[in-house]
Amino acid sequence: MPQNSRQELVSRGLDWPTIMLYAAMVIFGWMNIHAAVYSGEDLSAMFSLDLNSGRQLLFVGLSMVLIVAVMTTDFKFYDDFAYIIYGVVIVLLLLVLVIGKEVAGSKSWLGVGSFGIQPAEFAKLATALALAKYISIPTVKLERRMEQLTVAGLIGLPAVLVLLQNDTGSTLVFSCFIIVLFREGLPGFYPGLGITAVALLVLTLLIPKLYLSIGLVVIAVAFTILVDRRQRNYIAIGVALVLVLGIVQGVDYFVNDVLQPHQQSRIKVLIDPNSDPLGAGWNVTQSKIAIGSGGFAGKGFMFGTQTKFDFVPAQSTDFIFCTVGEEWGWLGSLGLIGAFMTLLFRITMIAERQKTRFARVYGYGVASVFFFHFTINLGMTVGLFPVIGIPLPFFSYGGSSMLSFTVLLFILLKLDAHRGQMLQRII
Amino acid sequence: MFDSRVAIVRFVFFFVGFVFLVRLFYIQIIDETYKGAADMNALKKVPDNAYRGLIYDRKGRLIVNNQVVFDITVIPRELKKDGMDTVGFCNLVGITMEEFREKIRDAKIYSRVKASAFIRQLSQEEAARIIEHLNEYPGFYTTTRTVRAYEYPCMAHAIGYMGEISRGQLDNKEKYGYYQMGDYLGITGIEGQYERQLRGRRGTKFIMVDVHGVDKGPFKNGIYDTSASKGQDLYSTVDIMLQQYGEKLMVNKAGSIVAIEPSTGEILAFISAPIYDPGLLTGRNFGKNYKVLQKDSTKPLFNRAMMAMYPPGSIFKTLQALTAMQMGLIDSNTTYPCNKSIVNCHAHPNPCNLRQAIQWSCNPYFVQVYRRIINQNKAANTFVDTRIGYERWLEYIRSFGLGAKLGIDLPAEQKGILKKVAYFDKVYGHNHWKFSNIYSMSIGQGELGLLPVQMANLACILANKGWYKVPHFERGLGDSGKVNPVFQEVHRTMIDPQHYTLIRQGMRLAVSNGTAWSKVDMKSIPICGKTGTAQTSSGKDHSVFTCFAPMNNPKIAIACFVENAGFGGFAAAPIASLMVEKYLNDTIQRKNLEKHMLDQDYMSAYRNKTAR
Repeated sequence: MPQNSRQELVSRGLDWPTIMLYAAMVIFGWMNIHAAVYSGEDLSAMFSLDLNSGRQLLFVGLSMVLIVAVMTTDFKFYDDFAYIIYGVVIVLLLLVLVIGKEVAGSKSWLGVGSFGIQPAEFAKLATALALAKYISIPTVKLERRMEQLTVAGLIGLPAVLVLLQNDTGSTLVFSCFIIVLFREGLPGFYPGLGITAVALLVLTLLIPKLYLSIGLVVIAVAFTILVDRRQRNYIAIGVALVLVLGIVQGVDYFVNDVLQPHQQSRIKVLIDPNSDPLGAGWNVTQSKIAIGSGGFAGKGFMFGTQTKFDFVPAQSTDFIFCTVGEEWGWLGSLGLIGAFMTLLFRITMIAERQKTRFARVYGYGVASVFFFHFTINLGMTVGLFPVIGIPLPFFSYGGSSMLSFTVLLFILLKLDAHRGQMLQRII
Repeated sequence: MFDSRVAIVRFVFFFVGFVFLVRLFYIQIIDETYKGAADMNALKKVPDNAYRGLIYDRKGRLIVNNQVVFDITVIPRELKKDGMDTVGFCNLVGITMEEFREKIRDAKIYSRVKASAFIRQLSQEEAARIIEHLNEYPGFYTTTRTVRAYEYPCMAHAIGYMGEISRGQLDNKEKYGYYQMGDYLGITGIEGQYERQLRGRRGTKFIMVDVHGVDKGPFKNGIYDTSASKGQDLYSTVDIMLQQYGEKLMVNKAGSIVAIEPSTGEILAFISAPIYDPGLLTGRNFGKNYKVLQKDSTKPLFNRAMMAMYPPGSIFKTLQALTAMQMGLIDSNTTYPCNKSIVNCHAHPNPCNLRQAIQWSCNPYFVQVYRRIINQNKAANTFVDTRIGYERWLEYIRSFGLGAKLGIDLPAEQKGILKKVAYFDKVYGHNHWKFSNIYSMSIGQGELGLLPVQMANLACILANKGWYKVPHFERGLGDSGKVNPVFQEVHRTMIDPQHYTLIRQGMRLAVSNGTAWSKVDMKSIPICGKTGTAQTSSGKDHSVFTCFAPMNNPKIAIACFVENAGFGGFAAAPIASLMVEKYLNDTIQRKNLEKHMLDQDYMSAYRNKTAR
């Protein structure tokens, strides 16, 4: 096929609504970074590489280059090289542990001169590809124990390596792939177990252990009585109760003895923000003040006081949503959440229309990563989740995250553009 | 199966988004606390202090001025970590290394990022020398504010002093809501009384600050800012030259002189001795000086002119005479012998009619007058009769402005002592007291206590033949020139004006040829006066004199009270007479008398007390 007609095909097949959404989010994101750091100097400062806003502009430019690179790479590359990309990233993650730079307590930066990247950001992409590659094998069935262990290994390996960098936030992101697995047939028992565990975790933190244990026993007894005599399985209920009580004990032990003090305080602050108002509670309190002071329509672009004057920490990275909330108010929040919802829905739509399992699984991987980042980041800034430092896609300042999220999304769009050809290939 | 799973996944996405929107709706729209918290964080109110109103005397002379002083402040965070020339700095500002360390420590305790006062109230000269070198010491700054400066180092009691607002006052939002931590406000005297008018209105600038408290410019371009408005100037009634002269005369004496213009109630001089320099209670050494003054056994901080309750002595006889005349009990011809068996007296022509009794201050005469007032046989029972008589008498005496606050425009005025019947019931038992229990009051002793300002007001009443206006300092406030109507109101006694003529004649005689020292009388200015010698349980008698002059169309009424100075005619009377001469003639002709009075020292009783 001649080169130009093929290019034509790519642009015709591209999902322009998603690209428009992407562009809008990046521009709005950059405006907020600018508002957060700009403090009334010369307007040309917005291009200065001394400020986060100027550097973010550079990252956006680099993203454009990467988009072109992704688009011009043969669509078969991602399928064929999925494991190799995964392998390279694993090597990088190992390398970081040896020669990485430590920034703010996490040894996650791989630096060449003044240029540095965080391999953990790209590990999500590599994992999504590898997972798609593995699940697309026609004989793989996620109902089977062997396959379940394999996908657990594929996800677990990079997760553990990232954890070893002391980057808890990025580690937790890998749990998002359970959504992909659920879509692809993993028995509902697993996510159910996960939700139960999380629910128990929260309950353990909120309710004294003794009362919770008594409550659980009461529920078990009530359950036994209510169930039809013939279907009673005393052993199963007994085992479940012991397990549940074990989890309660375990969570208690985990929070008080395993977690590091700063992680403990972040969880305790969530339950009672006033327990440490100037320490761990500071972030949450200031973040809520900034967002809450925005009101319905916000204070106006560049008129936020809380974010601009450093009351909110990390206001252009992890807490960028505070600027949105403060300057654009609830309407801005609505717009941002609406944009993410539209994006997530659009991605699942794209995933569902794929003719290959590889592309579909990958699509759900993209959606899951975005969803998880969105949920944890917003949950943290509005005080629903503990402070876990992960960026808000396309909004937070940061080169590695900007580039990796862009590539993550555009590989999907590239695959989507060629969905017709993929079918031919399989046939 | 997979279609339902897609639906579940999408549902989870939207459910989370919905939860966030609800949560945000709550914290952004429903919960108002965050808005206030944001303002607390980022908005700083910077006070724009108002220029305090000045105080002038009745002739437009500036008495109380404002002076700019410099504070050195420090921001601990900005101090050079190492290599600061601490020794050089201490030498520059004149403190020891220990003081330096202590002050830095205090500043750090207050805040590492906010300025706290390091050295307060440097004079212009000191500041000029220091500012020149201050840029060598990062973290130190100067700020200016104003303190009171006194053009005449006198009248401390009437002016009063200013002090920093206390924590207790700050907690009282209703009364002191205007003030902020570190503010100075008038506490006593005119400064306290006219605080609201003098202070003006502070302006406020709203600036934005970052998390370190660093200025980030005006909030919304200053649309909420208000500018300060200057306090009102007080044009006082005082003649500062007369005040100064009176204070000079009262050196080495304890007591008070109060001079009032009878026709207006305007206070011309308000002296409480011993005096102190008002400059001691302004500026850097307020605390230290205050402590010294407070410990002084002569009580210089005690404003005797309106707080000391002295027995009035014989000056009270004028009131007894007036009351008896009004009641129709005596007239100009009523004569009593000087019967020393009733009460002790001194040598004088005998017997006396009423005019002579005032002239010579005959004690037995007034005991008999008072007996007639108290016991008018309104009841068969002498106890009941005394009770009725005393209550009636009280009404007359109260109409002279006694037994209650006059309402002068200074805080903490006292009422004096004028006992009700209930008091005697308590002491002697109900209806168990009669004239013999209370007769000391006939001659201004016993259960009586008058403030010097009340005595001066009595002199005004005698000068005006029966009325007074509340003595006051306010002649005009600000540019309006309006006078408080309260001070225009005429208060009449229960005595008809014609009765005063005889008493005034007696008072004129007391000065020209009576109980007063012969040097008190002046040919040029006819003074009417009444001497008093008040017995006291501690030391020598107090010397009292009330007078007004000239006799016709009086311009000045004076009460002079000198503690432990003996006979009224020889201490208080000449001092009051010199005051009259000073005010009406401006120059003193009687240089010898002046020198004699300046040289008198009546404070030995106090000094002995201190020695003990």
